[in-house]
Order: sequence, then C-alpha cells, then structure tokens
Amino acid sequence: MSITDTDRQIIEALQGGLPLVPAPFAQVAKGLGMNEATLIDRIAALKASGVIRRIAAAPNHYKLGMVANGMTVWDVDDARISAFGARIGALPFVTHCYERPRALPDWPYNLFAMVHGATRDEVFEKRAQIAAILGDTCRSSDILYSTRILKKTGLRLKERT
Amino acid sequence: MTPLDDTDRRILNHMQEDLPLVANPYVLVADELDLTEADLLSRLSRMKDDRVITRFGPFFDAAAMGGAFCLCAMAVPEHDFDSVLIKVNAHPEVAHNYERTHHLNMWFVLATETPEGIGATADAIERETGLTVLRFPKLQEFFIGFRVAA
Repeated sequence: MSITDTDRQIIEALQGGLPLVPAPFAQVAKGLGMNEATLIDRIAALKASGVIRRIAAAPNHYKLGMVANGMTVWDVDDARISAFGARIGALPFVTHCYERPRALPDWPYNLFAMVHGATRDEVFEKRAQIAAILGDTCRSSDILYSTRILKKTGLRLKERT
Repeated sequence: MTPLDDTDRRILNHMQEDLPLVANPYVLVADELDLTEADLLSRLSRMKDDRVITRFGPFFDAAAMGGAFCLCAMAVPEHDFDSVLIKVNAHPEVAHNYERTHHLNMWFVLATETPEGIGATADAIERETGLTVLRFPKLQEFFIGFRVAA
C-alpha cells in the first residue's frame, strides 16, 4: 500500500515513541491538529494494513543482562531450507530467523538465527542445539557476537521537501 | 541505573505485547498488572531514561508502506572504524547498527520508504567510505519471536 499524507504525519509524530501519559493519543492528536478519535481510527487502519505491527516496548537486551548476543549463521542446502528454517525459527531461544542470500565467496551462509543469552557459553550451547537439528543439511556455520550497539533508532521517515 | 525489581520485569514482559488501542491504554495495562496507572507510567519513564527500554511506541513495517528493509555488512578496517561509523550512521535510513566479531565487523539494517532506497543508500555509503556494502535482504522470515523474558 502507499500511505496518505495524513498517515505520514501520524507516523512522523509517533516514530519517536508514544507519550507516557494517561491519554497518549489525545496528546499526539493535539500536536497534529486532529481529534483523538480520528487519530485512533487511523492508527487502527495502519495496524490492519500491517504498516504498524504493534505498539510495544523495545527492550535493551544488554541492560537485561543478556550481554551475549549471537548471530548464528548456517550454510543450509537450498532445497531443504524452508523446512529446516521453520524448525529453527520455532526454537524458544531464537528471536529472529531468516533466509538471506549468500555473498560468495566471502559469505557462504543463507540461514540467520539470532540467539540471546546471559553468557557466550549459554549462546554456544544453544548454537549446538541448532547444529544438532540441522545435521548434515548444514555444510558450515559461524557465530558473530555483537560487541557494541552502534545505533538503534528504528525507522525514521525523511523530511519531505 | 536503578536495578530492576520483579514489578519492572513483569511490566517489561507484558509491554512487549501490543498495547490496547484505546484512549487510556495504560490504565488497562496497569489493571492487568495490578498496579496504579501512575506507578506504571513512572516505572516506564524511569526504564526509558535508564535505556532498559530503548523505545516505547509503534513498530513500523517499512515493507507494508511500500518500502523495504535490508541487512547490510561491511568489513571496516579497525583504524578507520570511527570515521566510517560516523558516515554510516549519518544516514537516517540506518535503523540499527551493531559491531560484531568477524572480519565483516559492522552490521546495519537499512529501512527505506521505497525498494530503490536500499540500493541508493548502500551505494551512497560505498561511495562515501570506499568500502563494499554486502546486502542481505530477507528471502524468507521463519518466525519473529521478538519477545525477551526480562
């Protein structure tokens, strides 16, 4: 879908976050010169069309003690990646799981699964569980730990000129 | 930062779910958690100030707006890391960026309003830094179990 100018104004007003006040939509609506009920209706429409996935908190894994964040990556047989990807994505400790293109010769991996834990040992043990499921359908693998958050802002719309 | 207590953890676990879309949503959540609205809001504000919550608000799907997301990676020489980082992060399309343990040591997500925006931004970063930007758009998503137990 393409979004309307009003939707764009709403997205711009909300991209920094929802105010933590008893009537947050009334406050945002006031800033937009809109009434609260209209704003809520439009947000409902944006949710229905999938533009807004949910309104929720984004936690900081590091501050929650999950200081080990491993991006596990796997070179999986293309013919079997859909079935195996679904199994890996369903593991309770995998927070994101995607098939992505390889970048040969530098990067042979096509399955990415994010694993979080309190220690690298814990992440390593979880990685072993994934390896056991993939078995010989996986030719090689690696794990990339994140050592620093360099930026985390989420989507920002550009100012229209 | 103030250490998290059990109530903070309950709030964090609960508020990774979708907020009710009503005029006074926080009072509903507070009721479910057996807290007062004022207590919930002051705890949320404190956790936001302490960066335990990086953001509270809508999660947008750029693809549903006609735009796109793409994971990208670069091999940045250690001695140039800070200057490259400034150039990369200066692009508003860079939504998150992580340093990782690999010769591909900078991994960032581009979120753009059009599919063409991905290539344009990645190309601009290549021109500005002289480094290759490897692009890993998602081909299939297997499940987003985005929630983290606090």
